[in-house]
Amino acid sequence: MKGITTFIIKDILKNRIVILYTLILCGFSWSIFSLEDNVSKGILSLLNIILLIVPLVSVIFANIYMYNSTEFIELLVSQPVKRSSIWYAMFTGLAVALNAAFLIGIGIPVLLFIHPLTALVVILAGVLLTTIFVSVAMLCFILMRDKAKGIGLSIMLWLFLSLMYDGLVLFFMFQFADYPIEKIMVLLTAINPVDLARIQVLLQIDVAALMGYTGAIFKKLFGTQTGYFTSFIFMLVWIVVPYFFSLRLFKNKDL
Amino acid sequence: MPTVVISKNIHVGPGKEHRSIRAALLSAKDGDTIFVYHSLYKEGNIIINKKITMIGVDYPVIDGDKKFEVVSIKSDNVIFRGFQVQNSGYGSLNDLGGIKVYDAGNIIIENNILENNFFSIYINFGKNILIKNNKIRAYGIEEQQIGNGIHCWKSDSLQIIGNHIQGHRDGIYFEFVTHSIIWRNVSRFNIRYGLHFMFSNDDAYINNVFDGNGAGVAVMYTKKVTMYNNTFKNSTGDASYGILLKEISDAEIVGNRFLSNTSALFLEGANRIMIKKNVFLNNGWGLKIQANCMENVISQNNFIGNTFDVSTNGSLVLNKFDKNYWDKYEGYDLDKDMYGDIPFHPLNVYSFIIENNPIAMLLFRSFMVTLLEKTEKLIPSITPEDFRDDHPLLKAYSL
Amino acid sequence: MIEINNLTKKFGKTTALRKVNLTLTSGTCVGLIGPNACGKTTLIKNILSMVVPTEGEIFFDGKNIHGDVFYKNNIGYMPQIGRYPENMSVRQVIQMIKNIRNHQGTEDKELFEAFEMEKIADKKMRTLSGGTTQKVSATLAFLFNPPVLILDEPTAGLDPIASEILRVKIIKEREKGKLILITSHLLSELDDLLTNIVFMQESVVVFNKTMEDLFAETGENRVSRAIHKLLKTGVLS
Repeated sequence: MKGITTFIIKDILKNRIVILYTLILCGFSWSIFSLEDNVSKGILSLLNIILLIVPLVSVIFANIYMYNSTEFIELLVSQPVKRSSIWYAMFTGLAVALNAAFLIGIGIPVLLFIHPLTALVVILAGVLLTTIFVSVAMLCFILMRDKAKGIGLSIMLWLFLSLMYDGLVLFFMFQFADYPIEKIMVLLTAINPVDLARIQVLLQIDVAALMGYTGAIFKKLFGTQTGYFTSFIFMLVWIVVPYFFSLRLFKNKDL
Repeated sequence: MPTVVISKNIHVGPGKEHRSIRAALLSAKDGDTIFVYHSLYKEGNIIINKKITMIGVDYPVIDGDKKFEVVSIKSDNVIFRGFQVQNSGYGSLNDLGGIKVYDAGNIIIENNILENNFFSIYINFGKNILIKNNKIRAYGIEEQQIGNGIHCWKSDSLQIIGNHIQGHRDGIYFEFVTHSIIWRNVSRFNIRYGLHFMFSNDDAYINNVFDGNGAGVAVMYTKKVTMYNNTFKNSTGDASYGILLKEISDAEIVGNRFLSNTSALFLEGANRIMIKKNVFLNNGWGLKIQANCMENVISQNNFIGNTFDVSTNGSLVLNKFDKNYWDKYEGYDLDKDMYGDIPFHPLNVYSFIIENNPIAMLLFRSFMVTLLEKTEKLIPSITPEDFRDDHPLLKAYSL
Repeated sequence: MIEINNLTKKFGKTTALRKVNLTLTSGTCVGLIGPNACGKTTLIKNILSMVVPTEGEIFFDGKNIHGDVFYKNNIGYMPQIGRYPENMSVRQVIQMIKNIRNHQGTEDKELFEAFEMEKIADKKMRTLSGGTTQKVSATLAFLFNPPVLILDEPTAGLDPIASEILRVKIIKEREKGKLILITSHLLSELDDLLTNIVFMQESVVVFNKTMEDLFAETGENRVSRAIHKLLKTGVLS
């Protein structure tokens, strides 16, 4: 339903939190690039925002918005609208609005200040992460009827994917350093969308160091065109699978 | 009794007194000048064994037909200028060259174009030779099947100036070459090294550009080398270096720029080297100093945008870091003396980890790893405490 | 118009509706009454596909509503508590529902005018009081002139004047031959409205009578008294 989507987008864009989020991102990126004459250091600071703040805000905002829209969704369901259309509209609305905030806050300064190809990768990483965490937030919403539990679950997922996961992988690596674990390591990082986004940006700013690494699988998966494509597909899976899973649950949900 | 030498001019080319270079050479005497006009000359191996000047007009093409050494210079006092020399033979036993000098001196090889030769310019036991403004190009794919661009062996007092070399195994190769200067050359996209020299003492390398060579520049088993104002860039890959120094002592590496190399400067068994006023920009590793290096001074350099500024494989610190600019330094300068008030520890703990587990690169810049690095910076436990720059500069040098 | 066959709905272990059979025909105004948690709202939500039946079917105009959404074009629904996107104005909400329903015929703007919605049309939904929000819900339910109206506690929260406007409107629509389904706790309000009464208790429909039958059986002429009487005499339990 194009109408509902537009309404949701407008509604979210007028939301004070989203405006604040946009302004904060804007403030961050402009100050990073105008105060820092070293561009690669700027990208690094930005990378942390994209890997930590953007997913966190996306997942929590989307989750709370879903809970706050319970009655609205109820209203829509009582109208002649397919449930799949409602779900799609909610998803599109959230994704478009939050991505708009991201693009205004970070996308524009990034395009102005850094190398176009790097900028493109940084922006794509942010957009994909935003969308992934919207999808995840909607899944948390549908899994938990209780708002507090739902928000808790989404924060847990963020905590796990953004912070703890790498620690676990690192721990795993130290434990099994004597074994040929390259394949498993590559697979483990490819599973986590935050890691994928990080590595794509890494391939831009630390390309010289990464070229020194001989791992064949690593090169195949990340260094080439196919690698970019594969990473992209993996991240799309993170959008599509939670979305369709939550849609299936929503179709049979009692409101 | 002074002898009066009357030199004459000989002309070679279509419609000239000689149709072939060989015939002209045969008729020439010491001191003569041979003008060769534009045409294709396929005459097998041309041997210059007289003190003559050879001048190409409009780049005549001398072709070795992929069988022969094209031009062999076997006499002193030869000038060879303005030719296109191409398609030398390939030999696994003989090092066939486009232009090869055998045991001779006072030679000028200038303004030539060398295309698709096995070795392009080969100096064997040369002395006082000027190789200037030649454009050298080959199309090597595998290291074993292509020779070097300018190859010098057991020579002395060479000047290699303003040449462009690309597509060879090594762009410029020195072995047992002394008192020579390599100035303003561009050596690009060679399969192995842009510049490679061994056992070649007292040489200077100034204002050259080494770009995109497989493994950059290798300097081995040599003393008293001077490297000023060169640019080393885009040497990326496993075991690729801007400069690889191995068993070098008493060298000066000053004013060079290292851009986007996997490892900008690798030192192994290097002693008493002064590394000063260089720029290390956007490299994977700025300096890799092996533990067997001693008494090197690293001072007044800019380290900007490198993934890792310095790494080492030991805990012994026998080198001195002082007054460099490190963009990763986060200290303050409250006493306004231009230097940060607390020392900078350029060693990143994670580069230690990567040294042992290369796959750990996958996790670089993740939250956990950043946490690990910050902790180590505050409380050094793995990296040696005295590996530090006591006077880190707050603002980059303008280099 | 609406036919409910053997409808059972369970929420986990609790059964909200047990084998409900009910036929609702056009031209009637049906009061769906019963104690709290008897399954009234669940029944309505089933009719609107807002909950998915555990067993049984619902037919709208002879067509099974399962998997269909377009039959809802024929239903105007006023929820018990209507909540709307906070940042949207009244006008935008109405416009949005218009877009969704893509209504072709004429719009019924009587309630819109009677409630003087124009005055508050540009206010944000979050600034509206509960009663005003109910007015918006009522306006929306009647706006598209649907043949079926489902009103869940329509007068709750409305001031007496607004209640009266709504009552008059309901009667008017009933006279047009529409099917109107109302739930309400306030039985006294329902007297002139209803033609039929459906009484539910503990997840089952206890009776479905016309008003005439109900009054005749109980000898009363007020809905509230009639129900009380039935409850007292124990007929219902």
